[in-house]
Amino acid sequence: MQTAMLRPPAGGAPGVGAPPAVALDDIAISFAIPGRPLFKAVAPTSLHVREGEFVSIVGPTGCGKSTLLNATAGLLRPAGGRVSIFGAPLAGLNAQAGYLFQQDALMPWKTALDNVAIALEIGGTRRADALAQAQDWLKKVGLARFGDRYPHQLSGGQRKRVGLAQVLVRGPKILLMDEPFGPLDAQTRQIMGTLLLNLWAQDRKAVLFVTHDLEEAIALSDRVVIMSAGPEARIIGDFPIDLARPRDTADIRLDPRFHELYRQIWNQLKAEVVKTYGEDAP
Amino acid sequence: MKIHPGRLLLLQILVAVVAIGFWQFGATVPVGGTYLLPEFFFSTPLDVMKRVVQLFVSGTIWKHLWITLTETVLAFVIGSAAGVAIGFWFARKPILAAVFDPYVKMVNALPRVVLAPIFMLWLGLGIWSKVALGVSLVFFIVFFNVYQGVKEVSPVVLANARMMGMSEHQLFRNVYWPSALSWMFSSLHTSVGFALVGAVVGEYLGASAGLGYLIHQAEGVFDVTGVFAGMFILAAFVLIIDWGVTRIENRLLVWRPQPAGEQA
Repeated sequence: MQTAMLRPPAGGAPGVGAPPAVALDDIAISFAIPGRPLFKAVAPTSLHVREGEFVSIVGPTGCGKSTLLNATAGLLRPAGGRVSIFGAPLAGLNAQAGYLFQQDALMPWKTALDNVAIALEIGGTRRADALAQAQDWLKKVGLARFGDRYPHQLSGGQRKRVGLAQVLVRGPKILLMDEPFGPLDAQTRQIMGTLLLNLWAQDRKAVLFVTHDLEEAIALSDRVVIMSAGPEARIIGDFPIDLARPRDTADIRLDPRFHELYRQIWNQLKAEVVKTYGEDAP
Repeated sequence: MKIHPGRLLLLQILVAVVAIGFWQFGATVPVGGTYLLPEFFFSTPLDVMKRVVQLFVSGTIWKHLWITLTETVLAFVIGSAAGVAIGFWFARKPILAAVFDPYVKMVNALPRVVLAPIFMLWLGLGIWSKVALGVSLVFFIVFFNVYQGVKEVSPVVLANARMMGMSEHQLFRNVYWPSALSWMFSSLHTSVGFALVGAVVGEYLGASAGLGYLIHQAEGVFDVTGVFAGMFILAAFVLIIDWGVTRIENRLLVWRPQPAGEQA
């Protein structure tokens, strides 16, 4: 198991000394709530994601998984520690990263096609080119014929596909995903997972994927990281996933090795989940 | 609760027939020696219709309709433009908004009709005093809606747009502006309605033309038929404007989900 698992990215292996795509070192995150002592969401914790690596963060609800992601995106300034992107300290928003949010983030007043195209247009791409590339990406996510629909005319799964196209069309080097398939039904989640893996396999970006679903995490990732229950959450487990790729996220769940990994990780996660709910018990 | 459209129309016509029938009956047939609706005070539906037709046939009405329409459109356009500009400005500058907050609330709390005499003194009896009254009504509706629209842009949509790399200017064009406009258009019916109220009330208080003036003139000489005819034309006028606004709204807000139970 320790011999796992990282295949070099398709575009040539990074050197041994290459800086990680994402390096969170001793990151601490606190929130000021008026009239209360400072709420320490995340205790100093470190996490590195190598280039081309797919890492999932799993933990009980409210443990600060998303705040780690927001710190990586530059949307949230950590109270302490360093965020480095490809070795360079992060200042302001992370321009190398694409972020797929849990909630609907599409602009409701733009069609699916325009929602994808705008991601290029703001970078100065000519509208005709942007539209052509956007149409390509809609095709890749299986929505070639839905370009003229507005977000409210699409299903939840379709909106996520548009969101995925919107993020990937810019070709970010790092992909941040915050429970992106959380609101979807079980079947749609598996389909979306397989779609994500297929798209990811083409250019192997570094992925930081937050989820509360351990099965999903194992099925998708190269590494699964477990966070403890908050407050002062931290990383308490780091498990390489040595399942062969390419994977089908539905079929992989029948693999005996999958069950072995699941049991192993769940044993640790269970204690944390119980802790979260235990505190609220009367 | 479904009802066949033809049946619905039939019932709607029935209501009108009964109401007008009652009116005609009360005004022309004495019950126990007295009229239920004395003609002097209530006129009769037939006379009112005759007067409406006569106003259109003789062509006198067109001038008044045109004046009222001009005032309404001007009040709406000026009031909306000012509301959008200042609503935007305040929403993006919270300190400015906080400083002006009590004064905005104060002016908005004032019943706008009391401003009419001041506008008359300042701007005379022509159309501009009516436009000013309409603007004072429309401005606040649009202002509050745009302010709200900019403030309540979904934080997720905003974060997403920022992550895409949008500059402040691009955020304005692609996120804040459409969001504010959608809030403004959602109050389109109300603000157009208020523009018209401003125009008619202004005319009523002192003017030389317009529907409000027409009604006021008729009232001055106890011409109840004229008052009712003016009211009838005004109501029809409002319905036509409202229909036009609905058409525009449907064009501009295609991206919006239809509220349940309604259709375009």
